[in-house]
Amino acid sequence: MKFHQDDNWLYTISAKRKLIDFNFKEIWQYRDLLVLFVKRDVITVYKQTILGPLWYLIQPLFTALTFTLIFNKVANIETGTVPPFLFNLAGISIWNYFKSCLTSTSNTFSGNAGIFSKVYFPRIISPLSSVISNLLRFLIQLLVFIAFYIYYYLNGAAISINEYIFIFPLLIILMALQGLGLGMIISSMVTKYRDVKFLLNFGVQLLMYVSAVMYPLALMREKLPQFAWLVDYNPLAYIIEATRYVLLNEGSFSLRGLAYTSLITVVIFFIGLIIFNKTEKTFIDTV
Amino acid sequence: MKEKEIILKVEDVSKQYRLGLIGTGTLGDDLKRFWYKIRGKEDPFLKIGDSSDRNKSATSDYVWALRNIDFDVQKGEVLGIIGKNGAGKSTLLKILSRITLPTQGQIKTRGRIASLLEVGTGFHPELTGLENIYLNGAILGMTKAEIQKKEDDIVEFSGCKMYIDTPVKRYSSGMRVRLAFAVAAFLEPDILVIDEVLAVGDAEFQKKAIGKMQDISKGEGRTVLFVSHNMASVKTLCTKAIVLEHGSIVFSGGTDEAVSYYLKGGGEVENTKDFDEDYDKAEFKLQNISVYNSGNKVKDVIKESQDIEVKTEIFVKSNTPENLHITYHMTNELGDAMFSFSNHKSGAPLKKGENTLLCNIPAKFLQSGQYFLSLIVVRDRKHAAFVERDIISFTVVDSSREIGEYMGREPGYIRPNFNWSIADD
Repeated sequence: MKFHQDDNWLYTISAKRKLIDFNFKEIWQYRDLLVLFVKRDVITVYKQTILGPLWYLIQPLFTALTFTLIFNKVANIETGTVPPFLFNLAGISIWNYFKSCLTSTSNTFSGNAGIFSKVYFPRIISPLSSVISNLLRFLIQLLVFIAFYIYYYLNGAAISINEYIFIFPLLIILMALQGLGLGMIISSMVTKYRDVKFLLNFGVQLLMYVSAVMYPLALMREKLPQFAWLVDYNPLAYIIEATRYVLLNEGSFSLRGLAYTSLITVVIFFIGLIIFNKTEKTFIDTV
Repeated sequence: MKEKEIILKVEDVSKQYRLGLIGTGTLGDDLKRFWYKIRGKEDPFLKIGDSSDRNKSATSDYVWALRNIDFDVQKGEVLGIIGKNGAGKSTLLKILSRITLPTQGQIKTRGRIASLLEVGTGFHPELTGLENIYLNGAILGMTKAEIQKKEDDIVEFSGCKMYIDTPVKRYSSGMRVRLAFAVAAFLEPDILVIDEVLAVGDAEFQKKAIGKMQDISKGEGRTVLFVSHNMASVKTLCTKAIVLEHGSIVFSGGTDEAVSYYLKGGGEVENTKDFDEDYDKAEFKLQNISVYNSGNKVKDVIKESQDIEVKTEIFVKSNTPENLHITYHMTNELGDAMFSFSNHKSGAPLKKGENTLLCNIPAKFLQSGQYFLSLIVVRDRKHAAFVERDIISFTVVDSSREIGEYMGREPGYIRPNFNWSIADD
């Protein structure tokens, strides 16, 4: 018998589990899989379509156009000195990033049941890959935003970026973590109760209206003060407002709000992680 | 010789499933379980539960798919895991490959485990063959560098070189399987867990695949856990075997002994079914259906090499029994209908009262594999008075091939033993 008979195991599979049992080393080992998943998502989404990746742009552009017509031209929402179209495009782009992270992450278990029931890899790879592929999509949309920005600027619109522009990457990360965190919570619930999926579809739509996507935060406070807290305490609304602030120098911004939003985001993310962790181990018995 | 080293240790592993509703099916049970858990006590529902036996009706809501499984695997060993359908093989595989966790017990390993429960997991139809090689390889746990190194070999082995830049959705199913198996064949984990994926592709490719399997397990000294119905390949490939029955290990030891223990039918099998009052109809009452090798007991494993009897016990109440007859439809494990057979115009019509009908399926007619019978009781040769799909299932095993012979499953649905002769000039 060798002396190391009872120790020196590579890993143990057992019923016992820690609250957060996150093996970063293992995730690192599977980094190639992450890259391949991202590649798969990007390549295959618009296969066999005529317009291909143009769809990435058509959807936000038309939404922004519709919003501009309805909310700004018909309903007369003021967007300050900023052209309404640009105002809406900024809001929609960052909102869409959150929405796509949320919906793809919440589909993790039910959508991948086929793979998950046949082979092991760290399950977190799957939502991570969709967050990254959605980020690529968001960056493309951002390029279009920049193009319109330059167009409006050259046509004499009074727009400028804000000195806080350096926190923009942080805002994107917060948005990703929110989508990922909420998505992980929902994905775990979907494995048990399919109802959540339906709830999600229209819930996201409702959420958009309280997230200051198509109106400035200040307007809500002014017109509907009794419901303003809904938007005030909504970390998503804060991120969207802050995004417009740094990109267009329009709206409000406070460091306290940023701290609050970051805290909430981290809490949501960790709750998501804990639930995801608990679900990933035995969900295959319940789907 | 180097001293043998234990690479995988399975300690007292059990897996419990709840029948019917899952999880919060009863909030009370969930809360109770939670209350015990936060006090650090043992789960109260782990004490109850039946062993997994699909024939008996459950007396408890909880069932043990695996119970107290204990075994060690030494480095370089090829362990066969055999057992009938429902014995817990798949559950054990799932736990070994970390798809689900055991309810109790633990598994310790000194090496990376890769599992092949299916070939082609994660194939995306829109991606090309080559892209899918990378994707599938990464899913199975290879790094990009590893796949790059073996890319040419994999493409070569799959025989799909011409189409490697074509999306997989344009592949024939055979090509897809070949490509998938090729990726799997070049997997090099410390421990390989394989389900019966051998039975894939056409005959030529099967030979190649089995050859590769033999290389992996024999030549390269890899540790392999191998689950199969095919006794011939277990005998050839494995150095040790365990027999599972109703979730427990009933035999563990040398391959030959294990195979003969299994073939003798160490315990009951599910090839017989008694019917309760639900099957008491106006015109007849169905009592029992059994499938077994002629001359053997019902509980024995059904072998390919002997005649198979399908016995039907039915009590006819109708006063015009000549208007009734029974028909069986046979489907294979893929759900493909194979043929139907009936006692209509046979020498065994139904009579009023007790009937025990025997139907003989000649030896070496059915392939090894799992089969399902659907029963139809026909009135006036055209109306179905009673239909039940998949009323009974049974597994036919191939027990008799010599070592050195072709080990894969022969292609095709049936395997008739035709007469061959030498023509007179």
